[in-house]
Amino acid sequence: MKNLFIYLKNYKKEAILAPLFKMLEATFELFVPLVMAAIIDTGIAQKDETYIFSMSGVLIALGLIGLVCSITAQYFSAKAACGFAAKIKEVLFDRMQSMSYTQIDRAGASTMINRMTTDVNQVQTGVNMVLRLFLRSPFIVFGAMIMAFTIDVKAALIFVAVIPVLSIIVFGIMMLTIPLYKKVQKQLDNVLEKTRESLTGIRVIRAFGKEAEEIQEFDERNNSLTKFQQYVGKISALMNPVTYIVINAGILALIYIGALRVESGILTQGAVVALYNYMSQILIELIKLANLIITMTKSMASAQRIAGIFEMAENQTEISKSEKTKQTLPNEYKVVFENVSFSYENAGEYALTNIDFKVKKGETIGIIGGTGSGKTSLVHLIPAFYPAGNGSVFVDGKNVQDYKEEKLREKVGIVMQKSVLFQGTIRENILWGNKSASDSEILEAIETAQAGDILRKKEKGLDEWIEQGGRNLSGGQRQRLSIARALVRKPEILIFDDSASALDYATDAALRKALQTLDYHPTVFIVSQRTSSIMHADKIIVLDDGHIEGIGTHEELLKNCLVYKEIYDSQFKKEAAS
Amino acid sequence: MKTIKKDGTLKKIFCYIKKYNLFLVLSLVFAAISVALTLYVPILIGHAIDCIVGPDNVDFDRIISLFLQIITAVVITSVCQWLMNICNNKITYQVVNDIRKDAFRKIEILPLKYVDSHSQGEIVSQVISDVDQFADGLLMGFTQLFTGVVTILGTLIFMLSIQPKITFVVVVITPLSLFVAKYVAKNTYQMFRKQSETRAEQTAFIDEMLSNLKLVKAYGHEKENMEKFTEINHRLEKASLKATFFSSITNPSTRFVNNVVYAGVGLTGALAVIHTGMTVGQLSSFLNYANQYTKPFNEISGVLTELQNAFACAARIFHLIEEEPQTPEPENAVVLKNVKGEIALKNVNFSYIPDKKLIENLNLFIKPGQRVAIVGPTGCGKTTLINLLMRFYDVNSGSILVDEMDIKEITRHSLRKHYGMVLQETWLKSGTIRENIAFGKPDATEEEIIQAAKAVHAHGFIKRMPDGYNTFIREDGGSLSQGQKQLLCIARIMLCLPPMLILDEATSSIDTRTELKIQQAFAKLMEGRTSFIVAHRLSTIKEADMILVMKDGTIIEQGNHETLLKKNGFYANLYNSQFAK
Repeated sequence: MKNLFIYLKNYKKEAILAPLFKMLEATFELFVPLVMAAIIDTGIAQKDETYIFSMSGVLIALGLIGLVCSITAQYFSAKAACGFAAKIKEVLFDRMQSMSYTQIDRAGASTMINRMTTDVNQVQTGVNMVLRLFLRSPFIVFGAMIMAFTIDVKAALIFVAVIPVLSIIVFGIMMLTIPLYKKVQKQLDNVLEKTRESLTGIRVIRAFGKEAEEIQEFDERNNSLTKFQQYVGKISALMNPVTYIVINAGILALIYIGALRVESGILTQGAVVALYNYMSQILIELIKLANLIITMTKSMASAQRIAGIFEMAENQTEISKSEKTKQTLPNEYKVVFENVSFSYENAGEYALTNIDFKVKKGETIGIIGGTGSGKTSLVHLIPAFYPAGNGSVFVDGKNVQDYKEEKLREKVGIVMQKSVLFQGTIRENILWGNKSASDSEILEAIETAQAGDILRKKEKGLDEWIEQGGRNLSGGQRQRLSIARALVRKPEILIFDDSASALDYATDAALRKALQTLDYHPTVFIVSQRTSSIMHADKIIVLDDGHIEGIGTHEELLKNCLVYKEIYDSQFKKEAAS
Repeated sequence: MKTIKKDGTLKKIFCYIKKYNLFLVLSLVFAAISVALTLYVPILIGHAIDCIVGPDNVDFDRIISLFLQIITAVVITSVCQWLMNICNNKITYQVVNDIRKDAFRKIEILPLKYVDSHSQGEIVSQVISDVDQFADGLLMGFTQLFTGVVTILGTLIFMLSIQPKITFVVVVITPLSLFVAKYVAKNTYQMFRKQSETRAEQTAFIDEMLSNLKLVKAYGHEKENMEKFTEINHRLEKASLKATFFSSITNPSTRFVNNVVYAGVGLTGALAVIHTGMTVGQLSSFLNYANQYTKPFNEISGVLTELQNAFACAARIFHLIEEEPQTPEPENAVVLKNVKGEIALKNVNFSYIPDKKLIENLNLFIKPGQRVAIVGPTGCGKTTLINLLMRFYDVNSGSILVDEMDIKEITRHSLRKHYGMVLQETWLKSGTIRENIAFGKPDATEEEIIQAAKAVHAHGFIKRMPDGYNTFIREDGGSLSQGQKQLLCIARIMLCLPPMLILDEATSSIDTRTELKIQQAFAKLMEGRTSFIVAHRLSTIKEADMILVMKDGTIIEQGNHETLLKKNGFYANLYNSQFAK
């Protein structure tokens, strides 16, 4: 968690000045009773009205200086807090973006979103409050104690006893509530998850008429959140009453000891009053502090959760460094899988076992197999989305683990199973593939992706606006635009991860035809369940349950691969027969 | 105008609080007791100090009896304080709970048009972050506002009992701080709004990018994202700084007013001591009370700014809660029963955007049990037709009839329950596999569930998962492949067997071998059921009783496979293109 606060260093000046001005203000506050004492001792005693007037003027002047100091402090603390939060968000976003696929799977989207929003807000509020008040309170508490010592050492020892007891209470309750606030946040995550889920699944939920059940589930999570909030609230609400009791016990002790010492003539009545005043002053500060501590406890809990993401992201870099292999192979092959086995984190079984094949430059490779046979896992290893567990994957003769992430991914254009577009114009979306693409290159890619007619239907052409997630486009339109996005980068390796499934046969066929005419001759991987999509490939890899069932051309496989023949027959016999 | 809106928000908040009036009253009572005693304890201590006059002149007996009184008062104060806090906690978190409930209930009855046209992140941020911030503001408001008000009243009484005239000075000057606070609050409301809006924009961006982080990484788009993010972040930082700073001016300003009050009391008090018979002792306790009296004003104004933020958040939630729901059902809406499955579309017109026509004058009659295939190039309006049939959207004009009943007169619930829908985009809820299969029929027996899973050949892979049917899947399927998810979606339908079916690319992610295996189950499923099928595989289409060929929102050809082939039109073209290669 400490590493979180290094991001305050850009605001060192503000973070120091804010409490400093706050203390200055407090100091001026301490002058006020002295001035008032002067009014009483001098003004009233000598019936000097001009003195009283001028001293009242001094009081207002002190107030004005206090005002200026305080506003300055507020400005610096606001600046530090907002800047700090902005910086954390920036770094956090950066870290999240550099997480590995495995880590993304592990963290989950809604958790990451919550860290970036609610938690950072909480930390911002916390820092702001701490800078404003946290130094001021101890300053006054210890100031009062020191003043007590100047009056009477023996009586001041009560302060020495009371202050640790108070600290134990304050910090004890804090320690007790921090883990509880963490649990509250977890409950909040649950509520968030349910809300998101019922929005993404809104059609299915309504189709099944499950609104009432969804509401019930939401209520359960919501109620359990409320229950936790109230439970934690009960504990942290103890802070004020308990400190109040302790302080008053201290006051009673002061008075009793004071009484004994006055009785024996060591102290005066006035000194007892002064000691009492100092103890009250501590109480007032502690009440302020208690409110602050609730905010701070929440902030600390949030800060810890954020730090969790930081730590997670840090682990990754270490692993990838330690795995450097420096293995190379002759350069004639574009992609080589050498006895690769792979399993997802926390999954019992291997998703891929002993995958071994070589692909030459410019070849088209079809990958076919049943649902869950490992097709996607296989192509995800090429851009090193996941590290191969055993064996190695080579691109251009170099182990993919030895590439710099962006260098490797520059070579690869991938069209994912689920086509996602982003809020922005069509042009902006296509530019994801290649920032420096000209309009004519974009149009070329769109034509190749068979998406030209989408564009022709839109009035604004490339400037047509796409809503978040591409909501204003149909599934097929999204699919073709995401293909165009991959094509525009003119990648050396082009991967279609079952991405033609939303396309009708005619479009699919036209797309494949267009791919063959590309002048940069990419190495193409087509993952599909349709034999028609891959039967013309140079080489077809048949996967079954994570291992290779056969490799070869369409004709070869028909002859000697049973699984392939079954797949082919299931699709063609019936359709071509009649 | 903005203030009117704000007042409306306040009223709505009070409507929510009303339910917890009992706790509100209790909280007030506890606040009153604890404040009164807090003010009384110093008097008792003062008496105790008065017993310590000087050497050999200390009344220990009286001190001890006063101590007992003080201890009692302190303990009662503490207990009341705690109970008050518990009441406030209760009110705040219950109110927040209620608001979230209402927001979620609204989500369930919002027209799909709203959900489709708003970013998900935005809605989520309203239900989660805004409500959370509102809770913080409200809790702080309660705790400090209550004790503050009671403290003001209490000290006022004590002051009046000492010196009415000087009390007058205090009472006249102090409200100045409220004016300051109000002025600042008025001006910062806009800033908080701006902050809230920018924050929503950022949340939407974060939501979009983090949800698709894998894609972002695959395209190496991290840098551009970072730039965009940094840009929004800077704007947010500025808006935040403005809102935070200007709202924080209130506190020092009101404190300054308090200092003026203090000086005023000192001045008038000192003059009163000189000219009238007031004692120095009275002046000093008066100063003490004046201090106690003005402090809550401080806090209240601080609370007011916090409440500003809370209101800005609340306004956004209420905006969602008050969003117009889908057209309510007529009171005598029919609950659909024993459906034969006859569907008719009469003169249906529909478009998503008013000036962009989509479906025009669509007429269609489907006999019970007919199998209707919808064919057409991507984006021709197939999904729109499903949206209308399921009444996710209402037709602009014309009508859709099920068994000769206008679907507008049928309860949505019963209409939709009679359709079995499998969409291309697979959605599973977070829960166990068993729960997902039994989604439409929660009371299904274990046997029925396994039967459904076996029918779609999902039993095998489910068995292989770590906890079988009890395997918990998170956030939309998680480790399952698209095809596996789709199989579960089909199993979900298999279990409820509704009389009408909508299959929108229901098998697009399933491999053909598996598809062939589940074909039999599908055939059985469709038997005697009116079904709408959107598919690319011609084998499925060919067997349909009626094929609708759609293009640009209209049906351009209609008939069965043979007649359409003979027609040699769009369909024939499409069919031939598939086997041309």
